Amino acid sequence: MTVTQDQFRAALLDSAQAVPEGLLDANHGPAGRRFNVYRNNVAVSLTEAMHQAFPVVTKLLGAQNMDGLAGIFLRQHPPSSPLMMHYGEAFPEFLTGMQQLSHLGYLPDVARLELALRRSYHAADSTPISPEALAIDPEMLMEATIEFAPAMQLVRSEWPIASIWTFNTQDGSPKPQAVTEDVLITRVEFDPEPHVLPSGGAEWIDALMAGKTIGEAHEIAEGLSPGFDLGATLALLLQGGAIITLTTKG
Amino acid sequence: MSNTVKTLAVAGAVAAALTATTTTVSAQAKEKCYGVSLAGENDCAAGPGTTCAGTSTVDYQGNAWTLVDAGTCETMDLPTKADGSARKGSLEAQERDLPA
Amino acid sequence: MLDDTRKSNHLPLTAGVGYKPQHFSDILENAGPVGWLEIHAENYMGDGGRPLAQLRHMAERFPISVHGVGLSIGGEGPLDADHLDRLKQLIGWLNPASFSEHLAWSTHGAEFLNDLLPLPYTDASLARICDHIDQVQTHVGRQMLLENPSSYLAFAESTWSEPGFLHEVAQRTGCGLLLDVNNVFVSATNLEFSPQGYIDAYPLDLVGEIHLGGHDEDEDDHGKPLLIDSHGREVVDPVWSLLDYVLERSGPKPLLIEWDTDVPDWPILRAEAERGQAALERVPA
Repeated sequence: MTVTQDQFRAALLDSAQAVPEGLLDANHGPAGRRFNVYRNNVAVSLTEAMHQAFPVVTKLLGAQNMDGLAGIFLRQHPPSSPLMMHYGEAFPEFLTGMQQLSHLGYLPDVARLELALRRSYHAADSTPISPEALAIDPEMLMEATIEFAPAMQLVRSEWPIASIWTFNTQDGSPKPQAVTEDVLITRVEFDPEPHVLPSGGAEWIDALMAGKTIGEAHEIAEGLSPGFDLGATLALLLQGGAIITLTTKG
Repeated sequence: MSNTVKTLAVAGAVAAALTATTTTVSAQAKEKCYGVSLAGENDCAAGPGTTCAGTSTVDYQGNAWTLVDAGTCETMDLPTKADGSARKGSLEAQERDLPA
Repeated sequence: MLDDTRKSNHLPLTAGVGYKPQHFSDILENAGPVGWLEIHAENYMGDGGRPLAQLRHMAERFPISVHGVGLSIGGEGPLDADHLDRLKQLIGWLNPASFSEHLAWSTHGAEFLNDLLPLPYTDASLARICDHIDQVQTHVGRQMLLENPSSYLAFAESTWSEPGFLHEVAQRTGCGLLLDVNNVFVSATNLEFSPQGYIDAYPLDLVGEIHLGGHDEDEDDHGKPLLIDSHGREVVDPVWSLLDYVLERSGPKPLLIEWDTDVPDWPILRAEAERGQAALERVPA
């Protein structure tokens, strides 16, 4: 009597299924609840992983709700790789689909922010340019392109996600206001930090990431957000060590 | 805006950003932050790790879930989406402590 | 089969601990008898940041053992080629003192199940595992150690004993063995065999490393003890005694204390390492 890994796997994640025959205790009787040790190991370790992966979503919902959500999520979306540090990529979409959470419209974007913070944490190290490297002939600067640090992440939202994140991670933070927040994550050395971008900042960075020049990106950002504050956006990027290459023409 | 004006605007913004930027992390700070996150907080951004241990916590059933305490998250004013539609929902956490 | 020149296991014959980032500063300040550190390979497969910075820092001070938990050597499907590449890369830059993995499976199709799942000991599984280990050792370019699992149940189809199976795998592939003494105790209790008998049948000369950890106690449907390999508390006295039984026969071996859940403050883990070091020093080299 053989037990295939298909059969084992099916019973593992579905406790309504019978324990596969052919699994035994010490006296050659059916394994019974001994099989549940494996069911537990998988469900509990992945539930704990979800708590660690999304601490702010967990705080927003409470641990008990997070346990319940994780139980469903881990069965629909088991990890796709042994790199547990990136587990939960599908969680924002999953939250969007949860009817019971439709009144908490910001949750998926908070989950996106937490995923981006982890990506930043584990991203490759890089050496930022010296800010003075930007002090070149203005005409050349307009034609230049920028490469950003792998640890830099951009999360755009119609919700005050940075304020929600801060409110739930730092005691005494002000309550979030009803505003939209585009978040720039930068990592000086090892600790990712979220910053709220000024209006137009995300469009400017987006355009540069798509390979546009500084001048072209500026025009795009101004067109979408009149009054775009390039100076403030640039200061965030420079302070966060997020610019690693400035490429000028010729 | 003419190209010249745009160029000057960008140059002015760059100059402002340079003035506002203080740089360089000292070698000492670098050594220190190998160990713990800067604020001395839990290193939450690290995310989950692997395990080669089992658990005796019993929790393998859950494939059904009902939102509990949904009404308690009401300590915040409603955020409004960019399209102007109001959404109900508090941002207050139910627990202040992060999971270990 | 590997030739002897690539059997590059060179951990010191002292106590070591499973490295946890929260102990970083403590270990640098007072490592006690800890002469080497073990990491889980998968936690250091990110592209950069603090985990790799810490590992580089520690690797300049301690020999490192790379212990994989995600390769799924016992899987029915093929090994994950991307994961093999990641392992090769990590082992390439780190050049660890030892590299080990588990006699278990954890990947099914595209899913990683985050647990070390059991397999039957048959001629078919033996052949498959030997193929996988050949593939790993060829790809990574060095010998690996294979660890015995904690068992909570048995397979009706098994035709090999676990020590016999492991011995045969090592002979066919040239891999070494990692003997987890707590796992022997847990399996022996759960499946009602003699732990000393297991050790007597086990090829101790192939052991490159020993693991010790704490377990939890539960019971099965019939009220019989069911031990769970939780790595969440101190090693119990009967497991220390079983370690002595092993060391009397094997001589000193690199000895790791594993503590993975409810990780304690450093002095408590260090005290476990001191107890392990004392056990090593009781046996003649």
